[in-house]
Amino acid sequence: MSYTFQWYLVQNNMPKLLAAALVTLELTALAIAIGVVLGLLVSLARMSGVKPLAWVASAYVDFFRGTPLLVQIFLIHYGVSSFFGYTPVPFISAVAALGINSGAYVAEIFRGGIQAVDRGQMEAARSLGMSWGQSMRHVVIPQAFRISVPALGNEVIALLKDTSLVAVISVVELMNQGRLIVGRTPRYLEVYLTIAILYFVMTKSIAFLVGRLERRLKTGDHGNRPL
Amino acid sequence: MITVTDLYKNFGRLAVLRGVSCHIKEGEVVVVIGPSGSGKSTFLRCLNHLETITSGEIVIDGIRLTDRETDINKIRREVGMVFQRFNLFPHKTALGNITLAPVTVKGMPLSEAEKLGRRLLAKVGLAEKADAYPDQLSGGQQQRVAIARALAMEPRVMLFDEPTSALDPEMVGEVLAVMKDLAREGMTMVVVSHEMGFAREVGDRVFFMDEGCIVEEGTPAEIFGNPRHERTKAFLSKIL
Repeated sequence: MSYTFQWYLVQNNMPKLLAAALVTLELTALAIAIGVVLGLLVSLARMSGVKPLAWVASAYVDFFRGTPLLVQIFLIHYGVSSFFGYTPVPFISAVAALGINSGAYVAEIFRGGIQAVDRGQMEAARSLGMSWGQSMRHVVIPQAFRISVPALGNEVIALLKDTSLVAVISVVELMNQGRLIVGRTPRYLEVYLTIAILYFVMTKSIAFLVGRLERRLKTGDHGNRPL
Repeated sequence: MITVTDLYKNFGRLAVLRGVSCHIKEGEVVVVIGPSGSGKSTFLRCLNHLETITSGEIVIDGIRLTDRETDINKIRREVGMVFQRFNLFPHKTALGNITLAPVTVKGMPLSEAEKLGRRLLAKVGLAEKADAYPDQLSGGQQQRVAIARALAMEPRVMLFDEPTSALDPEMVGEVLAVMKDLAREGMTMVVVSHEMGFAREVGDRVFFMDEGCIVEEGTPAEIFGNPRHERTKAFLSKIL
C-alpha cells in the first residue's frame, strides 16, 4: 500500500494554522511571565527562613511538579466552574494552569541559581548595612538570574510544547486547530506533520535566542563595555 | 569604642570562641594573629554580627549588639568589613560597587553617591578605574575597591579579615599602603593579618589568639620581640 500525500488541505488552512501558532506563542509568553514572577516569589519564600511561608511554598512546588499538567488543567478549568458556578474563558484557564505549573519549575530554577551565588556576596552586602531584602534584590538576584538563563530557556521550550495540552479545554491553539482541521477532512499525516514542523520552528527559534542571550551575558557580561 | 565581654561562639558542638574579652579604644589599630582555626576570623565576623554569638556581650559605640531591639543593620553601617576574597559585586562597576549601599541604605542621591565614590576611588589610587568591572581589575585593585566600598558608608570601625592573603605577593604592598593611610587618619581598625611589617608599623596592639581565646596581647614590640607565652613563642617561631 502506498500513501499519496495531498497537501492542498494544509495549504488551504495555512492562515488558520499560523494564527493558531500565534495563540500558542501568546499562551507561552503569558504563562512564562506568570511563571517567572511566581517562581521568584516562591523561591524567596522557600529561602526566607519564615517557616509557614517556606512550608506553603514547598507544598506548592511539590504539588505542581508531582502531578500531571493535564490533570492540573482540568482541575483549574472545571474546578473553577464547579466551585464558583461559572465557566471561565478557556484561554484564561489555560494561561493560569500553565503559569502556575511553570511557576513551580521556575521556583526550583531560581533556587538553584540563588544558591549558586557565592555566600560572600550576601555577606558583603549585609556588612554594608543592607537588609536581607535589599541584598537579595540588588546583589544576589541579578547574579542568580544570569546563572539561571540557560535553565529558564529550557523551561520556555518545555512550556511551549506543553501548551498543546490545553487543546483539551478547547483553546484553539496550534494542536487544537489541527484537530479541528482533520476532524473535517481526515488527512492526519499531512496536518500533524505540518504542526510538528511549526512547533519545531518555534522551539528552535527560542533556543537560538536564548543561546544569543547567554553568550551576550557571558562575554559582554555587563552590557556595552569597551574591550 | 568596642568592648567584648566573655564572648562564646559554638558551631554545633564545636566551640570556636571560648571566652574572648577585650576593649578596643577609638582610633586604635589592633592586629589579630594566630594559627588557622584559632577563631580569629570568627571573632571578627562576630563584631558585625555576620555570626550570631552563642553567649557574651559585644558593645560597639555604646550600642549592645546582643540586644533584641538593636537594629543590626544600623551597627553594620558603623562597622565596615573587608574580606579575604574581596567579595566585590561582579555585575557592578567599581563605582557601582561603592555607590550601591549609600544609595539603597542611606537614600543618598545617586549623583552625590557618585561624587563620594570617585573621591574614595581617588583615595585608594584608582580614580581611573571607576567604570571597570571587578573581573577587569587585579586582585590588589579589587581589594582597594572593596576598601573604598566599605568606607562609603562612613564607618567608625573597619574590620579586615586577612585582606592580603588571597593576593599575589607583588600586590600586597598597595593594599597595605591604603590601610596604613587609613590608620594614620585615625580610623579604628581590627585587622586579622600575618603581615608583621604592617603590625609593627601601624599596629597599636597585637592580639595573639589560639584555641578560641586571646592568649596574649601587647604592643607589637612586646609580642614580636618578647612573647611571654609558650604558644605565642611557638607560633611566632613558625611564621617569622
